Amino acid sequence: MRVSVTTRALIPLAAAAMVTALTGCGSQISDPASANSTASGGSSCVDTSGSSVKVGFINSLSGTMAISENTVFDSLSLAAEEINAAGGVMGKQLQVISEDGASEPTKFAERAGKLIQQDCTAAVFGGWTSSSRKAMLPVFEANDALLFYPVQYEGLEASKNIFYTGATTNQQIIPALDYLAEQGTKSIFLVGSDYVFPRTANKIIQAYAAAHGMEVLGEEYAPLGSTEFSTIVNKVRDSKADAVFNTLNGDSNVAFFRQYKSVGLTAASMPVVSVSIAEEEVPGVGLENVEGQLTAWDYYQTLDTPANKKFVAAFKAKFGAERVTSDPMEAAYTSLYLWKAMVEKAGSFEVDKVQAAAGGVSFEAPEGTVTVDGENNHITKTPRIGKINSEGLIETVWSSPAAVEPDPFLASYDWAKDLGK
Amino acid sequence: MELLIGQMFAGLSLGSVLLLAALGLSLTFGQMGVINMAHGEFMMAGAYTAFVVQRSISDAGVSLLVSIPLGFLVGGLLGLVLEAVLLRRMYHRPLDTLLVTFGVAIILQQAARDIFGAPSVDVRAPAWLQGNIELLGAPIPLTRLFILLLSLLCLAGLVLVLKATPLGRRIRAAVLNRDLAETSGISTRRTDQLTFFIGSGLAGVAGVAVTLIGSTGPYLGTNYIVDAFLVVVAGGVGQIKGAVIAAFALGVLQSVFEFSTTASIGKVLILVLIVGFLQLRPQGIFSLKTRSLT
Repeated sequence: MRVSVTTRALIPLAAAAMVTALTGCGSQISDPASANSTASGGSSCVDTSGSSVKVGFINSLSGTMAISENTVFDSLSLAAEEINAAGGVMGKQLQVISEDGASEPTKFAERAGKLIQQDCTAAVFGGWTSSSRKAMLPVFEANDALLFYPVQYEGLEASKNIFYTGATTNQQIIPALDYLAEQGTKSIFLVGSDYVFPRTANKIIQAYAAAHGMEVLGEEYAPLGSTEFSTIVNKVRDSKADAVFNTLNGDSNVAFFRQYKSVGLTAASMPVVSVSIAEEEVPGVGLENVEGQLTAWDYYQTLDTPANKKFVAAFKAKFGAERVTSDPMEAAYTSLYLWKAMVEKAGSFEVDKVQAAAGGVSFEAPEGTVTVDGENNHITKTPRIGKINSEGLIETVWSSPAAVEPDPFLASYDWAKDLGK
Repeated sequence: MELLIGQMFAGLSLGSVLLLAALGLSLTFGQMGVINMAHGEFMMAGAYTAFVVQRSISDAGVSLLVSIPLGFLVGGLLGLVLEAVLLRRMYHRPLDTLLVTFGVAIILQQAARDIFGAPSVDVRAPAWLQGNIELLGAPIPLTRLFILLLSLLCLAGLVLVLKATPLGRRIRAAVLNRDLAETSGISTRRTDQLTFFIGSGLAGVAGVAVTLIGSTGPYLGTNYIVDAFLVVVAGGVGQIKGAVIAAFALGVLQSVFEFSTTASIGKVLILVLIVGFLQLRPQGIFSLKTRSLT
C-alpha cells in the first residue's frame, strides 16, 4: 500500500487535532436527559435505617482538571473523617462513595446519576468547572437530589437542588474592583482564557467600569491552555493601564506571568489581580514570577481564625506538612459541614426537608461564619484581596468589612441590570 | 514604533519556538515518514529533564546549560527505544504508527504524572536570562532571544550534519531512494536509528527551551504537537528549509493576526490560511523530487 504525499501529510494533522480535542477542556455537553433516563422525580432510595448513611463525592481524579479537583477531594475526605470521628450526622456514620468525573462534563452527569440512583446517596459533593456543574444540574433536578458545589463561578444560576458554597461574582469580582477603585486605579486591562467564566466576568467588569468611571483599555482572550503570550503582553504593556485583571485559567498563568515579567512589568509598575491563582497554583506558576501580585478570594491559608488554624493543622497532619489549603478546598470542607447542619436542623435526610431547613443555617468556617441564603442556595462570604508573599502563601491586604450576601444575579446593583439579558 | 518592533520580535520569537518544536519532527516525519504523535511527549521529557537537573544543580544558569545536551540525550534515547521496540516493525504502515505513537504519548503523559505529580513544576530561568534589553525602546525579553539563538544553532547543527557528514549523506540517500541506498551498501537500519535519535533529541532540546517561557507539566507536549505538524506539512514534507520558512512565516503571521484581531481568531485565521495553502500546494512550500517510483 502506498499513501500519497498529501494524504500522508494530512493524517497527522487530523490526528493532532484529535489529541487537542481529547486532552483540551473543550468538551461538549451531551443531552443531559440521557443521563437520567430512569428519573422518577423524587422517589428517593436513600437508606437511613442502618448505622450509616451514604454520601457521594464527585471529582475529576483523572484528566486535565485532576490537578485542581484532587485537592478538593482531599479536603472533602478530611471533613468526612472529622464528622465521623465526632459521631457522624444524626448518629450515623458517613459512608463515602467516590466517583471520578474524569474532567468530562458528560462523565460528571453520568456518574452523578449513578450516585443518586444506584448508590442512593443522601447528598453529593463536588464538581469544579462550570460545564461540569451545568451538565449535572438537570440530573439533580430530575431526580430531586442535592449537589454541593464548592468553586467560585460566574453566577447567574440558582437551582433548588444545588448549594453553591464558592463565591458568586459579587463576592469575588466586584469586591476586587471595589478594592482597585479604592486604590485609585483609573484604567484596567482584562486578560482571560477564552471560555464562559472569563467572558461573563469581563462583561460584569465592563459594566462596573462604565458605571464607576474606570477605563477598560483592552480585553484579550487566550485559547485555553495557550502558552504564547508575547502579543497579549505587548498590548498590555503598550496600554499603560494602572492594573491588569486576570481571569486566565490553569497553566496559561505560568506562561502569562513569565512573559509579563520578561518585558519588565512588575507588581509595582502594573499589578495583576488574579481570580484563579490560589496557594496550590503558586509553585507551578513560579514564586519569583508572581511574588507581590494580587489575588481575589474569600479564604487564604494565612487567615487568623481559630477554625482555620484547626483546619490547616488537621489537613497538614493528614496529607503532609508541605501541602497547602486554598479557597475551593475550604469551600468544599465547609460544604460537608453545612449539609450536616442542615440535616440536623431538618431532623431528616430527606431532600425536601433539608431544602426547607437550609435557609439561615450557618457554620463557623475557616473563612469566618458563613450562612446559607434560603432564597438562592448560595452562602454569605467575606471577600478578601491577598498579596502573594515570599513563601508562596497569600496574605490578606484588604477584606470586606462584613460578610457579603450572595447575589448571583446582581439584582441589587443598578449598573448590572442589563447583564442578565 | 516601539510596539511594532515588539511585535516583530514576538513573531520571530514564536517562529523560533515553532522551529525548535518542528525541527526534530521534520527529520522523523519528513525524512523517515514516521508519524510520531509522541514527539510532543519527548519535548515534555526534555522539559522534565531541565527540572530534574535544576533540583540537583541549584545554579539556574549552569543547570540550563547542562540540561540542553542532557535533554537531547533523554529525548534521543526515548526515541531510540520507541524506534527499536515498536516503530521498526511498522515502517510501511503509517496509520498503525500513528495509533501506536498516540498510545505511547498517553503512556508517557501518565508516567510523568505518576513520577512528578499532576501539578506543573517550576523551572527557574537563570538570573542572566531574566529581564530584557531595549531595542529602540521596545523590550526584547532575554529568554526569547536565547530561544531564538538556540533554535538557529540547532538548525545550523542539523544542516551541518546532513550536508557535511557521512551520516548525513546516508540519511539523504535513504530518503531519496531507500532501495538503491541499501543496494549501495548503506545500512538503512542503522541510519534509521540514528535519524530517529537525532530527531527525538531535538524534541528534548525544544522541551528544555520552552521551560523558559511556559509551564512544565505532563501535558506540555500537546500544546506544541499540532503546531509542529502544521509547520512540517506547510513547509513541505522532508524539507528542512521549508520547515524553517514555514515556522517563521507562521510565527510572524500568527502575531500579526493576533495583534489585529484576538488570540483565538488569530489561531483560526492561521488554520484557514494553511488549509487554503495546502489546497493550492498540497506538497507544501517545497516538494521533494525523487527518482524513486512512489
